[in-house]
Amino acid sequence: MLKKVVLVIGFLSTFSTSFAQHESAVVSATETSVSKNVSEEVAAPLSEAEKIKSENKAYIDHHLLDGHSFDIMVSKNADGTETHIGFPLPVIFYDGANGFHTMMSSAFHHGDEVVESKGGHYTLSHEKIYKTDANGTLTMDEAGHATNEKVLDLSLTKSVLMILVTGLLMILIFGSIARNYKKSLVPSGSAKILEPVILFIRDDIAKPNIGPNYKKYMSYLLTIFFFILFLNIFGLMPFGINVTGNIAITFALALLTFLITQFTANKNYWQHIFWMPGLPWPMKIVMMPIEIIGLFIKPFSLLIRLFANMSAGHIIVMSLIALIYYFQNVIAGVAFPFLTFVIYLLEVLVAFLQAYIFTMLSAVYFGMANEEHHHEEAH
Amino acid sequence: MQEMPKIIGAGLVVIGTGIGIGKIGAAALEGMARQPEQAGKLQTAMLIAAALVEGVAFAALFAVN
Repeated sequence: MLKKVVLVIGFLSTFSTSFAQHESAVVSATETSVSKNVSEEVAAPLSEAEKIKSENKAYIDHHLLDGHSFDIMVSKNADGTETHIGFPLPVIFYDGANGFHTMMSSAFHHGDEVVESKGGHYTLSHEKIYKTDANGTLTMDEAGHATNEKVLDLSLTKSVLMILVTGLLMILIFGSIARNYKKSLVPSGSAKILEPVILFIRDDIAKPNIGPNYKKYMSYLLTIFFFILFLNIFGLMPFGINVTGNIAITFALALLTFLITQFTANKNYWQHIFWMPGLPWPMKIVMMPIEIIGLFIKPFSLLIRLFANMSAGHIIVMSLIALIYYFQNVIAGVAFPFLTFVIYLLEVLVAFLQAYIFTMLSAVYFGMANEEHHHEEAH
Repeated sequence: MQEMPKIIGAGLVVIGTGIGIGKIGAAALEGMARQPEQAGKLQTAMLIAAALVEGVAFAALFAVN
């Protein structure tokens, strides 16, 4: 037993330290680009502490945002240039008059170079593609964001790559589990670990919350639970991408729950929204707009909760590591990695909890849409 | 200094959420101690209520940010 505990802690702490090493390499390396940006914005020279603060902020932002290339490591050379270790990803974008463009993200050289494609010039600034001229001129506003015309970006970014990898992994794992159950009902392989989880979702989430119609929602609930869980866990791994901390992705997931709720709802559900039974008629008119707003607040709170929990967790972990560079002494160097490790364990719990809550609340909403009329009086 | 009201607002949001989730947890624990056989149901209800409080808190934190 003790051996197992030590092994698990050792295994998890390797994540924590490799995260820290990764961080240290990149924090020093972003120095060039960040200090360049800072000098553009503020004319007065920054103190050492302020410089470190802005570097850390830029690095955390970089980690949280989606990117066009998969950087494993960025290191700074003696002459001030940067070496990126990683691989480029395909860039696909649509520019109104010029049509579709495809290229690899290496063409942009991480925003250093201007790409000419079909007569148009494009450049990358803060991982967004802008239209520009042959010299790559970008007009900046006060906050340091480019105000050039943007293009419709359909690139295969880091997040998209991670979603594809997760999807493929899920097809492999659950496909093999399904084949296994066709042969015999005794679980084998990964089914041994996942069978209790699947049964938990069926017996503790779907059945009590949805009721007798639970079967038609099971496939969706299982898919969304494992998809969010895998993405959360991958986001915590070294070189993992923070996918569920991206509001577009949580928006898409919440939209699916919303659409399924509306399209499988019965008469009773719509009656409760538009003409609440058991109330005097003036109250029915008052309740209608409230219920309609509630219809949209439900998926909105789903998407905000998942997004905020995951990005908050990442920000806390990165900020604690960043504090080492802020204090720069031995005590901080020992204390903060330990604190990071503790928070990291908490984040593993949050990863499971958020997948559970998302699935659970989806099931509750499906249950509302399927409730049968079983009482005549007011409620 | 311009950031000050934002930071105070974020602090107030966190205090409110802390009190809210704390009360939910306390009530659920009391209920579980009284009726251990209902612990599973209470835990589910507790998590849903806590998630709803948390959702409002995150919405407020984003408004602050």
